[in-house]
Amino acid sequence: MINKVATVFIWLLAIFVIAIFIFILSDIVIQGMGHISWEYLSQPPSDAGRAGGIAPIIVSTVWIVLSAVIFSAPFGLATAILLSEFTRQENSLSHWVEKCLDLLASIPSIVFGLFGNAFFSLFLGLGFSILSGGLTLACMVLPIFIRTTTEGLRAVPDDYRYSAAALGMTRYAALIHLIIPAAMPAIIAGLMLGIGRAMAETAALIFTSGYVDRMPDSVFDSGRALSIHIYDLSMNVAGGDSKAYAAALVLIVMLLVINSLAIRLTTHWQKNRIINHEIIF
Amino acid sequence: MKSFSKSHSRIAGVQTGQKQSSSIPYTVGPLESGPVCCIPESVFSIKHLSVHYAEKTALEDVSLDIYKGCITALIGPSGCGKTSFLSVLNRLTDMISGCRVSGQVTFNNRDLFDSELNLQHLRRQIGMVFQKPVPFPLSIRRNLELPLRELGMRQSSKLEHCIEAVLSDVGLWQEVKDRLDSPAHSLSGGQQQRLCIARALALKPEVLLMDEPCSALDPLSSGIVEDLIQKLKGRYTIVIVTHNLAQARRIANYAGFFWVNQQAGNLVEFGRCQQIFESPRHQLTAAYVNGNRG
Amino acid sequence: MASILSLSSTDQYLIIGLKLSALLVSGVVLLVFLFLLNESLPLLSQISIFQLFSDSSWHPVDGFYNLSPMLTATLLSTMGALLVATPLGISSAVFSRYYAPAFLKNGYRRLIELLAGIPSVVYGFWGLTTLAPLLATFHPPGVSLLTAILILALMILPTIALTADAAFLGVPTVYYSSAAALGLSRWRVIKDIVLPAARAGIFSGLMLAAGRAIGETMAVLMVAGNVVQFPTSAFDSVRTLTANIALEMAYAMGNHRSALFVSGLVLMMMVSVLVGLTEYFKRYKQ
Repeated sequence: MINKVATVFIWLLAIFVIAIFIFILSDIVIQGMGHISWEYLSQPPSDAGRAGGIAPIIVSTVWIVLSAVIFSAPFGLATAILLSEFTRQENSLSHWVEKCLDLLASIPSIVFGLFGNAFFSLFLGLGFSILSGGLTLACMVLPIFIRTTTEGLRAVPDDYRYSAAALGMTRYAALIHLIIPAAMPAIIAGLMLGIGRAMAETAALIFTSGYVDRMPDSVFDSGRALSIHIYDLSMNVAGGDSKAYAAALVLIVMLLVINSLAIRLTTHWQKNRIINHEIIF
Repeated sequence: MKSFSKSHSRIAGVQTGQKQSSSIPYTVGPLESGPVCCIPESVFSIKHLSVHYAEKTALEDVSLDIYKGCITALIGPSGCGKTSFLSVLNRLTDMISGCRVSGQVTFNNRDLFDSELNLQHLRRQIGMVFQKPVPFPLSIRRNLELPLRELGMRQSSKLEHCIEAVLSDVGLWQEVKDRLDSPAHSLSGGQQQRLCIARALALKPEVLLMDEPCSALDPLSSGIVEDLIQKLKGRYTIVIVTHNLAQARRIANYAGFFWVNQQAGNLVEFGRCQQIFESPRHQLTAAYVNGNRG
Repeated sequence: MASILSLSSTDQYLIIGLKLSALLVSGVVLLVFLFLLNESLPLLSQISIFQLFSDSSWHPVDGFYNLSPMLTATLLSTMGALLVATPLGISSAVFSRYYAPAFLKNGYRRLIELLAGIPSVVYGFWGLTTLAPLLATFHPPGVSLLTAILILALMILPTIALTADAAFLGVPTVYYSSAAALGLSRWRVIKDIVLPAARAGIFSGLMLAAGRAIGETMAVLMVAGNVVQFPTSAFDSVRTLTANIALEMAYAMGNHRSALFVSGLVLMMMVSVLVGLTEYFKRYKQ
């Protein structure tokens, strides 16, 4: 009897959860759809964003995210390689690194905003700029990227490492030619996840990359990210709601595309792993 | 004496890589002499070797010599440390965390564990074939090219020649010459193992270590690989771990019998193959080779 | 016996480079802490820590630095969000793994994964334009602690559901099948066998979600009302520590700015405690 009640209850809750999310998404799609057009995507905003488009904002967002990735990817990859390939010999270092990454991952985004402001904007003198924002986001994105990449590298079978060593290849050569290519889907998935996180970020950017909504001249210029545009339109601009819906729709679509790519790559990688283990005789 | 020096020079000729015409396969030629060809010159000299892992001891106090040009079979049941023994010989144990090796091992009269030793050079002189065929997730051509490029061979004509020669030696050339760029994983198990042997041979090692190379293969492929190993006798020093006693009997010159004693593997008896199988000195050896134990 | 000298020089340089990189990366968290501390010092050197909790109010311009109303708002909104999201999240995970028909299983989980990627500013925006007015019809002003709790719950629900799902994946299927073979009904199996076995994973997921709720800025900024006061009911407007930083940072100077960095430090300490708790339980449970 209780089994049936439980089943009904669980189904209801599941439907309730899905209903809420569908409600939210459709609300945004319906209200934002009307404003999306080619002009919207290619024109600068006017009238404090109540009219016009979001072209410079998209450009700023892309530059901010790109600088975040450019700065976090090499260090993230190197750290992931250390954690997965050389952990066995250096136990205490990798333990310490992992703990630091856990702490880093838990820091709230506004605290990163404070840090970015104090360090990148003031101490390093970058001021309100795309570079400030990008560097701050790089710090935020590191733990996610490292975690996914480390897992991907660890999933490459040890047999390859032993075989490569037995053939007199250096660990470096084995990494470059064999192991990193084999783990590439996971690495890219990690990058995508990092990009998704960076694009969704608002609080860390308010005091690092700024509010200016015209087309940035360089990475040292201030730029407004899409998420900040949504915030500004809804909180600070009277009557900005309808444009905010449009911007929110654009942001969600971009994120959906990136996150689906990441998920698709991860499942593809996991499937390939299985093929690697089952050699067909 | 004459045939002795002649076979010696043949081996020396192969190792310096003398150019032979392309019609003759380049590492394997007509066999100079019969199974008792071995020059009792020691390539490896192992004294009181012990291998400890974090949780257990794999090998305790093993002493034996590996002789040049001969096939040495390591026999005994699973878990006796035979694979660990093999891993010591090309210092693959360096890569295993928590592994401690004690004792004295010399290779060509030099200390194997000398810190001045160039590990990459050593591992090219000592090739290894694993139990499960491990072709890299690359094309057949890339599988063979990769270690050769690392060796320093860059000219594509030399690479092509080497790949063709070594694939002919293992009998794969006719089977794969039209699809060198297809993934190595598309080959059958037996073909993959032969590819791995070819990959190891391409570096022109002195020694080949083989860890149960046929155990993961079907009987037909197993037979082909075994014939290949037979062809390599006299030209290479081979150490082969095998569970297949009949196989050991067929191909080996020397045999070492391992057993577990107090949770650690040790060497019970070592000697000429004929002696181990027909007149073993140890009771345990006799029981094992006759199928009464293990 | 093996020495690092046997490694080729390429490998030696590689290892050095990798270690330097790792040190740099782990240094970031230290850097964050140091700079926060540095910016907090001007205030901390002038007032005692007690003032942060005992001053009459939060009026930094006049020299009053009581963080407690905002701290309370943070804690209440987090706990409320956990209360609401935990049953929903766990039951979503239970649904997708044990109740959903085959064609829905992956789709449901995929949907939750995609929802985890929706930015907080979009949730806040929706809350401001739709949820708040809706709640306002019941009890004005729509922007309140309750709104914040509901929006936060929505945001942490995917986290809880996905970690619970991963925890269920870790429960050996043999538990489930042997219990079912004993004739236990599906609900009994889940309640008495699977949930307890997945307890550790679910708990660390809850800690993760709590950390996320504590650190959430934009969504609560947009829907909580932003009045600095102790809430007497769920319908009161409140301001969390995070929202406070975002609001005042633009014009804060001197000690005021320092005070904001101090609240940043407080936030960092709170989440560090959560991380520590998770670590402790992970090791204790092992």
